[in-house]
Amino acid sequence: MISLRNVSKRFPGSRDAAVGDLSLEIHEGETVVLVGPSGCGKTTTMRMINRLIEPTSGTITVDGKDVMQQDPVELRRGIGYVIQSIGLLPHRTVAQNIATVPKLVGWDDEQISRRVDELMEVFSLDPEMKDRYPAELSGGQRQRVGVARALAVDPPVMLMDEPFAAVDPIVRARLQDQFLEIQGSLRKTIVFVTHDIDEAIKLADRIAILNVGGVLEQYAPPEQILRAPADDFVKDFVGSERGLKRLALIKVSAIQVEEGPVVAPEASVDEAKRQMERFGFDWVSVVNDGELLGWVDRPALDGSRTVADAKARPFSAYVTARDSLRQALDSIVTSSTNVAVVVSEGQRYLGILTLDRLSMEITQ
Amino acid sequence: MIAQELHPPSIWRWTSDHAGVILSRTAQHVELTVIAVVVGLAISLPLSILAYRHGRLYPPITWITGLLYTIPSLALFVLLIPVTGLRSATVEIGLVSYTLLILIRNIVVGLRGVSADVKDAATGMGYTRRQLLWRVELPMAVPAIVAGVRVTTVSTIGLVTVGFIIGHGALGEFIIDGLNRFFTPEVIVGAVLSVALALVVDALLLVLERRLTPWTRPRERRRLPATRAT
Repeated sequence: MISLRNVSKRFPGSRDAAVGDLSLEIHEGETVVLVGPSGCGKTTTMRMINRLIEPTSGTITVDGKDVMQQDPVELRRGIGYVIQSIGLLPHRTVAQNIATVPKLVGWDDEQISRRVDELMEVFSLDPEMKDRYPAELSGGQRQRVGVARALAVDPPVMLMDEPFAAVDPIVRARLQDQFLEIQGSLRKTIVFVTHDIDEAIKLADRIAILNVGGVLEQYAPPEQILRAPADDFVKDFVGSERGLKRLALIKVSAIQVEEGPVVAPEASVDEAKRQMERFGFDWVSVVNDGELLGWVDRPALDGSRTVADAKARPFSAYVTARDSLRQALDSIVTSSTNVAVVVSEGQRYLGILTLDRLSMEITQ
Repeated sequence: MIAQELHPPSIWRWTSDHAGVILSRTAQHVELTVIAVVVGLAISLPLSILAYRHGRLYPPITWITGLLYTIPSLALFVLLIPVTGLRSATVEIGLVSYTLLILIRNIVVGLRGVSADVKDAATGMGYTRRQLLWRVELPMAVPAIVAGVRVTTVSTIGLVTVGFIIGHGALGEFIIDGLNRFFTPEVIVGAVLSVALALVVDALLLVLERRLTPWTRPRERRRLPATRAT
């Protein structure tokens, strides 16, 4: 969808190239995050795509067409653009701001007003807010108006330069979640610039890690960058807790769960004890026809005839297939049984995850 | 022009006797002022845009208009008589030349004050340079421009009175005529009316500015409840 071939940018009067011989392929529907320290040329690279900056050499194509052969104004109207400060037009209302590009390309009023309503709903902006001016909005609201505005004519490509950097961490996390949700259904081709590796890991399909001077150090999915950083620069940039960050990226559904000790409520105490010994645990899960009832330990079984006689205690936490391994790890270290119990809808027992299993996943 | 009486009439008597001429001179005063400010704006706007886009033109433009600004008004009117005669155009030329410095400075300051981020976002969305100027930069410079217009208008209203030197002083005619005849009521009427005119016009321009720039005053009370405000 977007292709950079041997692109370089040298600003007049500066000795070193801001971007030097960069090649990058961005596929349709993919979120590519450009990340790197300041001076790595990530913003310059992004701005060359809609010709706010023109490359010194090399070719950039969007949808197969060379950007330098197109009228820059037309090109920009077809590409969504969001910057850190958002740059909402302060003298225009929220509705007018969202309507900016539709108006520029000549949509009729009715079509514009329908689109504005639609986008305000998608971004959970109160319809009452339509006639507000940007100065009357909170930081998070402004951010959402900015992204809504960029999506107004439904452009296939979006450029986003640190769009969530100016808001506090709680709002930022919420905006990122909303971004993932909306992108999940829209599947735009997005070039997203940030200096925050955690944001990159959370949002990217692929991360391009740039070094000073626009040198591409690694271009890979987040999981791969965490598992196999290409060099020391990437390793340093990704920072400590690489293992934990990777755990956060892997879903429980992606790995094989362990069987774990299980008995039916009508089973005998002896059967329960055999299960514990088999797995080397001092407790056992009680599962009735697939439904997880809880767990019992040795003291609870003493004096009981069947497992059902010993009151099964509920697990303090469960994980589901949709949770991440990091959530599973949290469950492991906070539960008294030292495992994470994996269940599906309706408390169906699927198995357990142990610390050994997780570290095996990380070290393999 | 107004016959001296043995017992000078009271200010009220004089005013009511001369209501017609007071009204027409007030109208003339307003006309001279409006023309001067409008023509001043028409000249200042393109010059300001030029100075804004080409920064190196700003110093010479302000130097020339600054020079005009420092010429004493009395002298300027007299100097213009041989060129343009005793017509009201002579007064207008003088008045206009005094508006330029303040208007240009304010317009340029207003344009320069537009946030770079807003311009970047607008350009990135596909505004042409001209659209950026007319739909973003100039509207956002309105508060500074109106501030300039207010200062210029008030000072022009004051300057119009000096036009008496070539017979187009409007309310200033009362002042000079009253002074010549040692007739205080006439001086007071001329002075009070020009001051009142300045105050009224200034207030009207303030109202105009508020109408034009509702976005500069956030309406706190209209904020939505915090539940949906993220």
